[in-house]
Amino acid sequence: MKQTLVALVENEPGVLNRVASLFRRRNFNIDSLTVGRTENPDVSRMTIVVDSTVTSVYQVEKNLVKLVNVLLVDEVTEKPFFSRDLALIKVRASDAARALADKYGAKLIDHSNGLMLFEYSDEEQRVEQLVQELNPLGIVEMVRTGVVAMGKGELILHPDPEDKVVA
Amino acid sequence: MKLTGAEIIWECLLREGVEVVFGYPGGAILPTYDALSKYEGKLHHVLVRHEQGGTHMADGYARATGKVGVAMATSGPGATNMVTGIATAMMDSSPIVCITGQVATKYIGSDAFQECDVTGITLPITKHNFLVTDITKLAYTMRKAFHIARTGRPGPVLVDVAKDVQTASIEFEYPEGVIKLPGYQPRTYASEEQVSRAIDLIRAAKRPLILAGHGVNMSGAERELLEFAERAQVPVALTLLGKGAMPESHPLCLGMMGMHGAAAVNQAIQGADLLLAFGMRFDDRVTGNLKTYSPNSRKIHVDIDASELNKNVPVDVGIAGDLKTVLDQFLPELPRLEHREWVHEIRNWQEDGDQRDIVHQVADGDKLYAAHAIRDLWKATNGDALIVTDVGQHQMWEAQYYLHDRPRTLITSGGLGTMGFGLPAAIGAKMGCPNETVWAVVGDGGFQMTACELATAAQENVNVNIAVINNGYLGMVRQWQEFFYEERYNATPMRSPDFVKLAEAHGIPAFRVTSRHQIQDAVTQAERINGPTLVEFRVEKADVVYPMVPAGADLDNMIRRPMATPDFSDNG
Repeated sequence: MKQTLVALVENEPGVLNRVASLFRRRNFNIDSLTVGRTENPDVSRMTIVVDSTVTSVYQVEKNLVKLVNVLLVDEVTEKPFFSRDLALIKVRASDAARALADKYGAKLIDHSNGLMLFEYSDEEQRVEQLVQELNPLGIVEMVRTGVVAMGKGELILHPDPEDKVVA
Repeated sequence: MKLTGAEIIWECLLREGVEVVFGYPGGAILPTYDALSKYEGKLHHVLVRHEQGGTHMADGYARATGKVGVAMATSGPGATNMVTGIATAMMDSSPIVCITGQVATKYIGSDAFQECDVTGITLPITKHNFLVTDITKLAYTMRKAFHIARTGRPGPVLVDVAKDVQTASIEFEYPEGVIKLPGYQPRTYASEEQVSRAIDLIRAAKRPLILAGHGVNMSGAERELLEFAERAQVPVALTLLGKGAMPESHPLCLGMMGMHGAAAVNQAIQGADLLLAFGMRFDDRVTGNLKTYSPNSRKIHVDIDASELNKNVPVDVGIAGDLKTVLDQFLPELPRLEHREWVHEIRNWQEDGDQRDIVHQVADGDKLYAAHAIRDLWKATNGDALIVTDVGQHQMWEAQYYLHDRPRTLITSGGLGTMGFGLPAAIGAKMGCPNETVWAVVGDGGFQMTACELATAAQENVNVNIAVINNGYLGMVRQWQEFFYEERYNATPMRSPDFVKLAEAHGIPAFRVTSRHQIQDAVTQAERINGPTLVEFRVEKADVVYPMVPAGADLDNMIRRPMATPDFSDNG
């Protein structure tokens, strides 16, 4: 089962390296990892998707929290949250591709040289479905950002040191 | 007052209470060494012979004193030589701070002479590390480094300081007050609910057993552990690094568990209905096969590191907290209990082990067994020395035959199993605890990995006694070859230099022991000399450490020493 963790980390050089190094040395299997800026210039936010059938989410969480530059880790899978994966998909131009994109609500952002470039953002599974449906029509290039996630309504993550529990 | 970065480094070390630094100079750290003359008399620098030795000395110092040990080296090869020592400290949660010089900021990333990515290399083997390229951050970084090294689960911290930072100047003010580390807030205590769940399990248990580890010593919880064990009448098994957590002469103390632990202890673990794991981490060397490990027990695990809970062994109550604090929470709730039948059952297992024990079994004759040598060293030192071992058979014999009644009197590389640790760590331990009688117990293999530190011991006139248990083999590897590789002794026979002459070449008095009756005299003579000494024990070549749980086997599936030989006599 896929589980989603959100980590707030200090926006300092080498922090991504520390997290990546941790996953490698603990043999954690990570589905996706994204890093981005937040409302606070000193804090970056990571969204990590773990397949819990092969990697213990508890271990990922507790080991992440041990890193001195990690401010907070929250496992959001069981909470009401939104997640989005952004894809840019280039296919051979066709009416069928256009129709599919319309069905999913993907945006056509370029149509030239007989190629169509779609921009699509949704839950990872929906993006996966669109990709699968587009595949037979000839995907020539694709990039996905990986998942970012945010809680619903009042579910707000603050880098509050009181919440930080570390060994 | 305006100070250079180099001076700030020494000032910070003084403010952190550092008395001794184990280091080796070189280009990128030279400005710092140049400033050393201003601090003469305030702080002692020990010139090591290899940076690995420097880190082991800092580690030995830290384990013996409970304070932070400090090692210093230059960039590039100086720093890479530290790697083994840092990894050793990391695996055994030893608080050390390593300071390395780095090439000047403008050269970083250019493959400059003696440049290497030290923070990158040591990232997975430090608790945390820093690269300082801005002098305004130097003092605060030093303060953070010591704080991180000594708090929570202690560990090594490395501070890599660019050369231009060492030569720059700034108005110096030591950053007193609260350290701002929002991402680092060690948790120390159990919740009320955890305490009451643990106490309920303890009340219900008929066959409880405490597994005491390094955390007892690190947390200083020896008194609390003793009170807990006595009040609830729970026997205590020790991990290798847990030796000293409880006096081994205490009737409730069973001795060491695990691969070379006493058979009775492993039987007790397998037969227990409640394990109380205090400051230990269920290492594979203590659990054997996890699938069959202590199958009928509930488990309470207290460790300062939350990521150790449920890592190897699933537990019923997992408490992330400082052991001393948590035991202090347990004690007011803990009832007086009795477990006479259970203790009696363990006694019977112990008696069976005693009959097989080489100490009771083999007459010394003309042979010198390493086990006898260690047991006699224990007697000759009144069981009160601070022992630092290397890694291998002699280490396990030490653990079996040298009984420790005081905390921090056995220093050994448990987690990483670093050969070469013994001599330098003993030097560090003795410098930290000058009033202790210190013995480095080393094998002929590991000793030669860092034997260059004999010169350091001689230059510093450190009063450390070295017992080389020489069997002419890499004995532990030889033992595995005997048991598991059909006696193909590839690359294990070892021809060594004359250790007595080697010591004497360093100006170190040395003695050779070839039979058991010489031991007491040699030990007394060595201890009488003020300064380093070496005693070589020429022991049986093909001896084996019993009992042994083969790697990955069930914990009670032990290779045992065969039962009594015809010449049964008690030489214990």
